[in-house]
Amino acid sequence: MGNTLQAHRKARNSATGGGLPPRLLQAGAAYLFLLPGFLLLTLFILYPMLYSLRISFFDWNVIKPERSTFVWLRNYREVLSDPIFRRAVLNTLVYTAVTIPTELILALAVALLLDQHIRFKPFFRVVYYLPVITSWVIVTLIFEYLFNSQAGLINYLLRDVLHLTADPIRWLADPILVMVPINLLGIWKGVGWSMIIMLAALQEIPTDLLEVAAVDGANPWQRLWKITLPLMRPTLVFLLVVRVIGGLNVYISVLLMTNGGQPLDLTHSILTLMYKETFDRLNFGKGAAISYLLMLLVFVISVIQIRLLRRRVEM
Amino acid sequence: MFLPSEYRWPHKLVTYLLLLIGIVIVAVPFLLMVSTSLKPQQYTFEYPPRLIPTEVTFSNYTRALAQDMFFRYFLNSLVVALSTTALTVAISASLAYAFARLEFPGKQVLFYILLMGMMIPPVMLIIPQFLVAKSLKLLNTLAGLIVVYIAMNLPMQTFLLRGFFEGIPRDLEDSVRIDGGGRWTIFRHVILPLSRPGLATVAIFTFIYSWEEFPWAHVAIKETTRRTLPIAIALFQNQHLTQWGQVFAASIVALIPIVTVFVALQRYFIRGISRTGLKG
Repeated sequence: MGNTLQAHRKARNSATGGGLPPRLLQAGAAYLFLLPGFLLLTLFILYPMLYSLRISFFDWNVIKPERSTFVWLRNYREVLSDPIFRRAVLNTLVYTAVTIPTELILALAVALLLDQHIRFKPFFRVVYYLPVITSWVIVTLIFEYLFNSQAGLINYLLRDVLHLTADPIRWLADPILVMVPINLLGIWKGVGWSMIIMLAALQEIPTDLLEVAAVDGANPWQRLWKITLPLMRPTLVFLLVVRVIGGLNVYISVLLMTNGGQPLDLTHSILTLMYKETFDRLNFGKGAAISYLLMLLVFVISVIQIRLLRRRVEM
Repeated sequence: MFLPSEYRWPHKLVTYLLLLIGIVIVAVPFLLMVSTSLKPQQYTFEYPPRLIPTEVTFSNYTRALAQDMFFRYFLNSLVVALSTTALTVAISASLAYAFARLEFPGKQVLFYILLMGMMIPPVMLIIPQFLVAKSLKLLNTLAGLIVVYIAMNLPMQTFLLRGFFEGIPRDLEDSVRIDGGGRWTIFRHVILPLSRPGLATVAIFTFIYSWEEFPWAHVAIKETTRRTLPIAIALFQNQHLTQWGQVFAASIVALIPIVTVFVALQRYFIRGISRTGLKG
């Protein structure tokens, strides 16, 4: 077997490779497989990343980039001392802190419920996944309609069914109240994706392990905490990190629901502010600085999470 | 769950009850959208709001579809989503194959670069991408959307497929190699056919992404005839603030392809995810 394999290799190498060592041949083949992908990555991700860093140090001239003046850290200083930016960071952090933990807990609950012998499982899966495959634009519009002050379903429920308020609440006009539909939308849209990933992880857990534990008298609660969750740990850490990044990048729902930060630029997320600074005020340098500050925030938060969660594994 | 039999009944009941409550919360906004799209305009703000329309009409659909080149936008979205999906599947599969199966100098560095691509907030690249696209004359073209969408999807999808390919036993490839097959033959005739769930998962993720992508299209497309659906719908709503029936009719038509793709491929979906690198 081994001999024939070698013989074949030799035969093939001498036929095709002209005596080149197989190692080199393999590397050559690998680079051919990598070429199209890395071409695109370089052009549209790596180069833009560096380009954007450069822009962030300039008072960037959009029409004539060569006339831009180097201002070192001025864009960053201006952004950091801007109360509108601070408010946008606060809004974004609150959004992430509210939506992501809630979403993950609900997703876990649904995944655990669906990971049983129940009927209509595909139906449940598809319906729970529906918000995920619906575009942000459409779900945002639906929520605007639900939270409409005159005839929205939410105000109707609060006022005429539950009698919690006498006057209709103007959800979309108030800088604080508008956070309610934005956050609820984030949770509502996010649950399905995390749920599907958790469901996939749950199916990997060997059932005999749970059976043995049940026979030994462990109740469902104990089985969840002692077996299921520890075995799902890598998945949960992955989801937490990825979803927190997603939360910090909240954009379309805020852009559409607040009409780009209305009223008075109090309702921005970091990214809607970046958009406004760049494409409305044409201040590319400041916009690029905001996006780098966001990346820094994402990086720091991700590293902290991975550090904390990893340490606990080692203990 | 392995409860003693006397607990089973209430337990099942609670399970279904909780799942149903969840379904209601998920479904009511969609039902409201469907029913509003079927109501005559004067009932859009009826009070109390009704989930079942008293009077059904399709005029919102006929008007929305006749409006503003709706079919043009639909076609644009379809071209963009299909091209992006096909090319992303092909390119990320070949990247993933190299990382999963081949040895070459610089492998680790290139893989870290790929992982870094996963960490970058997509919207922060918009400014430089705008400038790059501008100098390549890709602004206001569908090709400009497609190349950026592929690039944005590659890191995550390659990572996912690499995990999938690594789960395929190597002996299968050896037998091809003994028969004189090269890398390309192995990739094309062993790896790809065995990876259908993984490829379907990549196709679903990519199609959803490119069908709904808003930020980049919002910046890159200013020419009316090149708009994709998310842009068209958002602008339409902005111009016709109270025409909810038509907005939702357009939205529902926009939802049809994505739901079709998902329902068609969903049986591969869970299997695909559980065998990829995705779950950590």
